[in-house]
Amino acid sequence: MDLFEYQGKQFFAQYGMPISAGEVAFTVDEALAAAERLGPPVMVKSQVLTGGRGKLGGIKFAADIDAVREHAGNILGLDIKGHVVERLWIEKASDIAEEYYMSFTLDRSAKKHLGMLSAAGGMDIEQVAEETPEKISKIWVDPVDGLTDELAAEWVAGANLNPKATEGAIDIAKKLYNSYVEGDADLVEINPLILTPDDKVHVLDSKVTLDGNAVFRHEDYNQYDETQTRDEREEAAHEKGLQYVGLEGSVGIIANGAGLAMSTLDVVNQVGGQPANFLDIGGGANADVMSGALEVINNDPNVKAIFINIFGGITRGEEVANGILEAMKRVTIDSPIVIRLDGTNAEEGRAILAPQLNDMLMMENTMLDAARKAVELAS
Amino acid sequence: MSIFVNKDTKVIYQGLTGRQGSYYGGLNKAYGTQVVAGTHPKKAGTDVDGVPVYATVAEAVEATGATASCIFIPAPGVKDAVLEAAEGGVEFIVAITEGVPAHDEAYFFNKLKRDHPTVQLLGPNCPGIITPGECNIGITAGHIAKAGGPVGIVSRSGTLTYQALYELQQKDIGVTTCVGIGGDPVPGTSFIDCLKAFEADPDTKAIMMIGEIGGSAEEEAAEFIKANVSKPVSSYVAGVTAPPGKKMGHAGAIVSGGKGTAAAKMEALRDAGVHVGLNPTEAGELMADIVAKL
Repeated sequence: MDLFEYQGKQFFAQYGMPISAGEVAFTVDEALAAAERLGPPVMVKSQVLTGGRGKLGGIKFAADIDAVREHAGNILGLDIKGHVVERLWIEKASDIAEEYYMSFTLDRSAKKHLGMLSAAGGMDIEQVAEETPEKISKIWVDPVDGLTDELAAEWVAGANLNPKATEGAIDIAKKLYNSYVEGDADLVEINPLILTPDDKVHVLDSKVTLDGNAVFRHEDYNQYDETQTRDEREEAAHEKGLQYVGLEGSVGIIANGAGLAMSTLDVVNQVGGQPANFLDIGGGANADVMSGALEVINNDPNVKAIFINIFGGITRGEEVANGILEAMKRVTIDSPIVIRLDGTNAEEGRAILAPQLNDMLMMENTMLDAARKAVELAS
Repeated sequence: MSIFVNKDTKVIYQGLTGRQGSYYGGLNKAYGTQVVAGTHPKKAGTDVDGVPVYATVAEAVEATGATASCIFIPAPGVKDAVLEAAEGGVEFIVAITEGVPAHDEAYFFNKLKRDHPTVQLLGPNCPGIITPGECNIGITAGHIAKAGGPVGIVSRSGTLTYQALYELQQKDIGVTTCVGIGGDPVPGTSFIDCLKAFEADPDTKAIMMIGEIGGSAEEEAAEFIKANVSKPVSSYVAGVTAPPGKKMGHAGAIVSGGKGTAAAKMEALRDAGVHVGLNPTEAGELMADIVAKL
């Protein structure tokens, strides 16, 4: 789950990190009222779940109320990499002496938590990592030990920050690590972390991704689920509890298992087609799940053919076949369906489907043949 | 021969009394696995279809001499279950449960490495392990695997693991052991752990490896193969066409930037001399060619 900047800042504030006063605004009037309360100068910041907003005009400094009106009007409705700005964060402007970068994330190779700190903040850290890797101070934290005082001090010392920032940076480092572990985050990032002219270290931006698997121990995380960006198709699938990702093509995909679903996309692509989606219905493939999946796919206007790719493991072929037929009774499908059914009792399953086949329901024996058929029907 | 488990492996099922545990525990037992005990803190003294239930893993180990455990505990309890199994004295832990928080995984992986370095954890979020004809721990449908070798399989994806077993069975090719390492960010057992074990197993003559987009496990495996594996390897990496930045089901399967793409992984594998197929069927056919030449 990705958090908006202001949600991330409020998340950081819960762990004692210093953030600026600010308010959320959905309209120009709300932005003006917020700016009045905060007192200009303020920053007018678009809230979108993507990076690089600043360069695309999504962050503006407003010296007075008139400037807030102008910027809020321009930024609301702005398209930033496909994300249309619907909300703003109006924040008290800060004086900046220096800009730093600080983050924690999991290093999957080392299987430890990786902290990165750099005096070259405010810019794209991947670019820094590529061009001047020596400017990033890295630490690997063993989750069993946690971030000790010594390690935090060593890390900060390695980053060559302004000496005036040392104490504040160590304090924020420990708090950021706490928020990362206790908050079950996949990523916590502050860019920039600033040193103010009066020598305070302060959080000026946030990027937080929370682990959806940990929601069970954070009841308040349900609020973030409502602000995830999903298109209509993804929203409908999410409501049905389906693992769905919307894509641009014309071949609707239903498969059981994430690996097989990805593989199905690959095969469709290899034979010259474009998948309309990724959809993993999990192991069961019963009529309920199948009808939900068909409904979601059928509502996608781009879909011209549907490829159902099922491998029976514990779930037997005849159960899968009956599930598909039952689902087709419940949902009216506009596009032809091509089925590939393999694995446990595939023969029995195919025998059940065989009498039902027509030009809207077809069957092929292999993944490749089925993909070819579906792509042909979609074009 | 086989790796990690065989006909003598005695297995405890943590969560045997639950819906999933009793179902798959029963299937594993019917397959021939030595399902010797279950655990539940409040149901000690009872049994599940004749399999005795103990309060703790330690008591179950004491009573049965089990060396492995299989975890069907819901995600919130997996961290404690893994640590209990290691402290209870088993050597091999299979955690099937999906949806375990990444911070829990990172914690128990490092805790085991430090305090129980000889314990091998497989999973979480994996289909388990099967040595066909001898021992099946987890949720793999045992009858889709042909026993006897010469191929060892290691895979990050559940359904593609089954697909691989099935493709080989259709070609009348046997499997020594098939290990599903799972697609989570911190898998207890890595490709390299399995490659090392297959390389050392005299009955495994060739290895099939199924990867997935995201992370760098395949690239690391490729380097290991280049330096340490003498046996032929065929491979497939799912997610060639997955768009960048999208999560596709598995927590681990996410692409960021140019790193972790299927193309980069396949390139690294080819560079290590691995026979790379563009889909699971092709990888199976490549393996059939390899086996024919053994």
